[in-house]
Amino acid sequence: MSRENYLLPNGRVLRYSFHERLVHWLAGVSYVYLLLTGLAFWSPWLFWIAVVLGGATISRELHPWFGVVFAVAVGWMYRMWARQMRHTSADQAWWASVGHYIRNEDEKVPSADRFNPGQKLLFWGFFWNGLLLLLSGLILWFPQQIPWSLRFLRLAAVIVHPVCALLTIALFIIHVYMGTAMEQGAFGSVIRGDVSRAWADQHHHDWYQQVLRDSARK
Amino acid sequence: MSQAATEIVRISGHAGTVPGDGLNREFRVCKLVDTTTCIGCKACEVACLEWNGYTFSETTFDNSYQTMPETAWNYWNLIKFNEHEREDGTLQLLMRKDQCMHCADPGCLAACPADNAIVQYANGIVDFQQEHCIGCGYCITGCPFNIPKFSPTARKVFKCTLCNDRVSRGLEPACIKACPTGCLHFGTKAEMKELAETRASQLRQHSGFPDAGVYDPPGVGGTHVIYVLHDAKNPELYGGLPKDPHIPWTVQLWKKPLKWIGNLAIIGGVVGVFIHYLRFGPKVVKQDGQESHGGNT
Repeated sequence: MSRENYLLPNGRVLRYSFHERLVHWLAGVSYVYLLLTGLAFWSPWLFWIAVVLGGATISRELHPWFGVVFAVAVGWMYRMWARQMRHTSADQAWWASVGHYIRNEDEKVPSADRFNPGQKLLFWGFFWNGLLLLLSGLILWFPQQIPWSLRFLRLAAVIVHPVCALLTIALFIIHVYMGTAMEQGAFGSVIRGDVSRAWADQHHHDWYQQVLRDSARK
Repeated sequence: MSQAATEIVRISGHAGTVPGDGLNREFRVCKLVDTTTCIGCKACEVACLEWNGYTFSETTFDNSYQTMPETAWNYWNLIKFNEHEREDGTLQLLMRKDQCMHCADPGCLAACPADNAIVQYANGIVDFQQEHCIGCGYCITGCPFNIPKFSPTARKVFKCTLCNDRVSRGLEPACIKACPTGCLHFGTKAEMKELAETRASQLRQHSGFPDAGVYDPPGVGGTHVIYVLHDAKNPELYGGLPKDPHIPWTVQLWKKPLKWIGNLAIIGGVVGVFIHYLRFGPKVVKQDGQESHGGNT
């Protein structure tokens, strides 16, 4: 699991490999484009976003292709992370003390492995909603190909697509807030890949202990 | 009537008010199709192609008079034929000229996200403005009558304009002009409704069609194309005319409550994390050596 994570010569801990960071940003950049163009189609008050991004016709043409890129990135993440994202029995205790986590009383929160249960929720939320967005998006990509007798597919897609998108927006707001403002050091971990030992110990104690054990074995 | 064709009362995907709405007196137009006097000659189909500059499309043969299964992006007017066997064993050849119904409450317009791509004029005509169309095809999903069709070459959607270009200059639609039996009429909505009701009552009283009636479905606020049917209780017989058409409920849910819930949730989420930052601030990483998880280390 943490074979790719090790202590760096400068005393920091490598948390995300180059591979992981690349996939993260492939998903991140494509998601932001999908979000902006999607919001333009969602509300007339935000239609100007599509105009700024080169016109709504271009946005309509490119939105599905960015969706394909996003789906590939999420699929890749699934291959990389699905095992580490599995729910464990310890997760329940973490959720029980999520109030402490929200109030930054981290000392009262059970220690986390490489990904804490909140991150697991983010991952699975994006995975399952992403899958539904992909399926409904394929219908919305080619609505004219759906025969009249199967129009319930189109009617379902116009409700499934925005509902799933809204759920990912909720996750996205929390993810961006925590990754940039709330968790100091988190943004650097997904840019440069490394975190301080103190950060690793405080936020992902169990994972950090594993990294230390692996490093000692070398 | 003609001036009203240039006055817009509804605009798709548009933020804010509609300029010019409600300034003039109401004068709504209507096309009346009397299916009981239609002979299926397809002159209206040809007139539509001629006026709108389309060439005749490839036809399909299915052992009936049907030219093709449904309207196309470049074939806006199509007679639907149905060889209907009645309960007494006699055959009735039902013919209905299918085209855009120009709903008072248009599903295409409700579903459209593109500013100005679909407009509804004060005279009732619902018209697509292809220069503003982004080709998303949501109108195809919003329409309860299977009318808007996507053009793979233009990558935009097209449908019957009710000859808005003719009507706005005081002419009747091309299909009306071509009809040899007089089964097509054009006038104000009130006039056409009256004419249709008169014809339906004739059919009921003198022609042995006790179920004859007028098709002007209230579920979409009434339409600016109305039919006289021999059997108004079974409109489906006439090439799948829906009995009680509405804007699909998922489209209504998406465009009304979901939009407001979603907008409030997004704004609430952004405000929420901002307030969290003000109240609790960032998670500060403690210095090395300090114990972080009392119970678990």
